[in-house]
Amino acid sequence: MTIESKYGVPTVALHTDKFDRVVRSVAAVNGMAGLRQVFVPQPVMGKSARELRAYVDGTDPLTGRPVMQEVVEGLTKPLDGDDVASVEYDRSTPRLVEPDSAEKLESLFLENCWTDMLPIVLPTEERVAAMLAGTRRKPDEVVGRMRPTHFREAWEYTVEKVAVNAVMAGARPEYFPVILALAATGVSARGSTTSSMAAMAVVNGPVRHEIGMNASTGALGPYNHPNATIGRAYGLLSQNCQGGSVPGLTYMGSQGNNYAYNSVTFAENEERSPWEPFHVQHGFQPGDSAVSVFIGCRSTAFTLGLREKHWREHVRNMLLGMDPHIPPTLLLDPITARQFIDRGGFVKKDALIDWLYDAARMPAGEYWDYQLVQNYLYPRATFGEEPWATKLKAAADELIPMFRREDIHVVVVGGETNGYWRIMGCTYQKTVTVDAWR
Amino acid sequence: MGDKITVLNPVGFAPKVTRKELAPRLSTLEGKTVYLVDCRFDDSDVFLKQMQAWLAEHLPGVKTIFKPISSVYLNDDPATWEEIKARGHAAIVGVGH
Repeated sequence: MTIESKYGVPTVALHTDKFDRVVRSVAAVNGMAGLRQVFVPQPVMGKSARELRAYVDGTDPLTGRPVMQEVVEGLTKPLDGDDVASVEYDRSTPRLVEPDSAEKLESLFLENCWTDMLPIVLPTEERVAAMLAGTRRKPDEVVGRMRPTHFREAWEYTVEKVAVNAVMAGARPEYFPVILALAATGVSARGSTTSSMAAMAVVNGPVRHEIGMNASTGALGPYNHPNATIGRAYGLLSQNCQGGSVPGLTYMGSQGNNYAYNSVTFAENEERSPWEPFHVQHGFQPGDSAVSVFIGCRSTAFTLGLREKHWREHVRNMLLGMDPHIPPTLLLDPITARQFIDRGGFVKKDALIDWLYDAARMPAGEYWDYQLVQNYLYPRATFGEEPWATKLKAAADELIPMFRREDIHVVVVGGETNGYWRIMGCTYQKTVTVDAWR
Repeated sequence: MGDKITVLNPVGFAPKVTRKELAPRLSTLEGKTVYLVDCRFDDSDVFLKQMQAWLAEHLPGVKTIFKPISSVYLNDDPATWEEIKARGHAAIVGVGH
């Protein structure tokens, strides 16, 4: 779109047919509904040159017309009146929904894809007012902007909009500062990526105890009201405040992701951790309350404890099982956190991360052949961006680091019923204050 | 059927969309330079090279240049766009997914 609108070069965009609705929608919201787009069958990935030549020789699966005829016409057929007019769209959102019975409103919310398909609490004016009492911030204050994908425009939302979604999720007013902080990150828990992402939210500081969050037994499961509803609110506010998360339109995750139901939301077990809390690592004081967000949460590996003889090999095997495009965050039960100190001498968390960085290596030839590495890291390497540019110089059989050191993280959570732990493949985004939203 | 109640709309605020004009189309591709812009995603290079071969066979009067973007598709690439504007007449960009 940039090359067409900003540089004035007539352009045809090629897409696979599965992306019909989404790319037309993206073009429209970027003010270019008339962009010339031609479609070929999905997938292109993994097809041979001969098979892809058949795509070129074949027809657009959506129109039935020859692909190359559409390409040539897209570059040469004169524009019509709609393509040259300049129009502004006012897409303001009404504050209230047309009054109706609770039953019909619940159906309406479902039909509009405003829910996660589970029952919601209807956001009446009274309930939203009660939620708003959980912060000193004004209802009309802008909290942030969010979008489901890089190519879409960001939508804006206020404190009141966040409160509406918090009510729908079943959250209580005392949780609202944490929910506002999550909204303020601008990081969507409903990214549209075909890879089916989910978010993860880690809460630190006194607010964990003030609102009764769980960092102990079952913390990552459905056993604690604030953990469950804060995470659900994060998902709902993301999909609604960013303008939707509708499969085929604003959500393209091929398989979907169950973690998205509550965005893996939990408190860190600071009291039983042998290391400094996660938020302190990121510039906050121990007495501050903060929440950290990660995205990804597709690949996980798990095991029990660290065996004396082969713990290094076991951890390395787990790391090698992760896709090298998405870095690891270790979620350690306190038992295992202490085992890492006992076995490896990692008195400081940084020492453990150093070791993990060095342990996670694979032959360069294998690394560069991963599809996601090809899609996202190889282009950056060829552009000269480090550390990938240096990695690209390695011989095919040379062992190279799978991840950047700064992308590896460790969080302590669990109730010490046993030393189970897991690696979550996810990318740290940011840590933000909760206190500012009280 | 219960009494009617009033609830709030949970949807955020969309920005105003301003329609952008498309670039004028060419009268013909004959004698023109068409850039095939590789987004470097999911084997798009293999696909675009097949399209380049088709153009060479069927429209030999069209000069084509295969051009991978400089980095990952998520980044803007003004250097490539400037090159296309300076040396090309049209662009085919792919493959979006």
